[in-house]
Amino acid sequence: MSHTLSYDNTFEGFLSTVFYVFEYKLSKVKIVKEERFAQTFFDIPIIVETEDEKATRIWRWLAKEAGRGACNDLYRAYLSELEGIEDDLLYFIQAVAKTKDAKHLIKNFADPTILKISKVVRKVGREKHRMDAFVRFRETKDGLYVATVEPDFDVLPLITSHFEKRYADQKWLIYDLKRNYGIYYDLHKVETVKMEMDKNVNKASYSHLFFTENELAYQELWQNYFKSVDIVSRRNTKLHLQHVPKRYWKYLSEKQPFS
Amino acid sequence: MNFDRIKEKLNILADAAKYDVSCSSSGSNRTNKDKGLGNASGMGICHTYTQDGRCVSLLKILLTNHCIFDCAYCVTRKSNDIKRAAFKVQEVVDLTINFYRRNYIEGLFLSSGIFKNPDYTMERLIQVAKKLREEENFNGYIHLKSIPGASDELMREAGLYADRLSVNIEIPTKEGLKLLAPDKKREDFTKPMQKITNEIIQYKSEKKIIKSTPIYAPAGQSTQMIVGASGESDAAIMYTAAHFYKKFQLKRVYYSGYVPISYDDRLPSIGTEVPVLRENRLYQTNWLLRFYGFDIRELLNKEHPNLDVDIDPKLGWALRNLDQFPVDVNRADKRMLARIPGVGMRSVHKILYARKYRKLNWEHLKAIGISMNRAKYFLVCDSSYFESKDRTPEQLKDLILHGGKSKFNNVYNGQLNLFETPQTKRIA
Ligand code: SF4
Repeated sequence: MSHTLSYDNTFEGFLSTVFYVFEYKLSKVKIVKEERFAQTFFDIPIIVETEDEKATRIWRWLAKEAGRGACNDLYRAYLSELEGIEDDLLYFIQAVAKTKDAKHLIKNFADPTILKISKVVRKVGREKHRMDAFVRFRETKDGLYVATVEPDFDVLPLITSHFEKRYADQKWLIYDLKRNYGIYYDLHKVETVKMEMDKNVNKASYSHLFFTENELAYQELWQNYFKSVDIVSRRNTKLHLQHVPKRYWKYLSEKQPFS
Repeated sequence: MNFDRIKEKLNILADAAKYDVSCSSSGSNRTNKDKGLGNASGMGICHTYTQDGRCVSLLKILLTNHCIFDCAYCVTRKSNDIKRAAFKVQEVVDLTINFYRRNYIEGLFLSSGIFKNPDYTMERLIQVAKKLREEENFNGYIHLKSIPGASDELMREAGLYADRLSVNIEIPTKEGLKLLAPDKKREDFTKPMQKITNEIIQYKSEKKIIKSTPIYAPAGQSTQMIVGASGESDAAIMYTAAHFYKKFQLKRVYYSGYVPISYDDRLPSIGTEVPVLRENRLYQTNWLLRFYGFDIRELLNKEHPNLDVDIDPKLGWALRNLDQFPVDVNRADKRMLARIPGVGMRSVHKILYARKYRKLNWEHLKAIGISMNRAKYFLVCDSSYFESKDRTPEQLKDLILHGGKSKFNNVYNGQLNLFETPQTKRIA
């Protein structure tokens, strides 16, 4: 018989579910986030409780058997939020349990599922780098450097340490509008925050309400700079779009019309 | 801040600096000190891309475009009738800090026309870097141009604040240099380069003994050569590059397709196409030398002084060396795997890992992501099907180029494939 298991949308929840699968020796399972649960009413639904202790046990065991690198990869793949990714991850974790020496199992690229995971890991990695690059801070009148983003995958956990190390002497907030949470640095530590963002914060006509005059001046200087470095006789729009796909333009200062 | 004035200066001095293609911010190891601003470790980030697809990583400007020299290939040359401007030291500092805080850039790349004399110019560049480091506690990336002819003492000081230093050779041959830049001698470039090379070696060895030795130009040196301005061959460019890589332990040599900017009859005239494809072939060659284990003599030599334009240099090499193929992907070593056309370095690694678990067949190779339409003629795998027919290099080239859609498409895609990661990595 097949089982559908649901968990609370957290990574710990997912690992607890994996624990559950091992504990009850289930085969033929599908793991879904609670929010996606409704569509699959054909199967017997099991709601798995998140238990940090069980999650930690699975995670430590995995690190020991498959290596730190594999754990990082699994976490990254998980953040892709792709439909069915949980099942691929479970497949791998079960394979680790069955393999005597699983230290390099994550590199068995002859296995279609493992190859697929590696490709997802790469995509998530690319999105992380895009966010490192494309975050554009704007200085508010309260001296906070704020950026809004809508990444394809849930990569804020992956970029935290980069921004924390780099911008140690300014308060900043990077807010994911798609997933409605952000990371906030108060000069001491980074915290995850949830808040009501003003709807108008990204509208040019309201800019002067939120941001300093200096801020608007530097945005304009940056736009100017972007225009000046263009070498018209070399223009290659295809290559440009490949590097800076249009869906990211919304929050790039250099791509905004002059206010 | 006199905003309009700054804006005008920025337009003029960014425009004049854009012909220097280097925009790398990688290779340094500067960490954020005492909760200050910024760091410069790791790969370097391209924060945006110009409309011709070049990485924008640094604020790249000239301190001034006043110049006492008259190099024919340069927009800033004395005899050119253009608007001139000069930044004050503090203005560059403010721009850098404020762009950096907004995550626009990884740091500053500061170059300059030569005003008064080389030392006077170099001193100003150093002042900017020193101010950024000491007054602003800025730990982001700083790339300073070594001004040809600057004194040893100043060059030494520059390395204390900069992550990278560079001086552009621009013209690969001595004769070309004489013709196009009569004010300059080879020695004007090599002397500051040599000084910095020596300092880097010395600081490194001291650091081993005394931990508190300051870091010195941790991202090393680079240079740039203009392609297509003086009728030089690809071999002349690449052999000069190889010489400089070795002699001065350069981190990177950049190739910049000449953008016609004057009606000087010593140079290609305005309207001549920028040799972008040729530039790309040179980068590919460089890439093969750095990461694929090729020796320059295999790719360019007396019989073969120029790279093929219609095919990439790796395919070109394979076609000249068909006796080394087909390669058995289940047994060949890394070196030979890397030489199969259509197999990139990432695929090489995947093959090496995957074949520990089982013998690989066409399905596996395809899933791993190798480019079948070229690779299939050069390899065998765990399958009874393979291309067994003997073909001449010309026939193979024809098959590969015209097997796909249009001829141009095929060449172009091949080129982009090889560059899929390099685009970011190479520049980063
Ligand atoms: S010295 Fe430098 S800035 Fe001056 S003309 Fe020559 S290349 Fe241009």
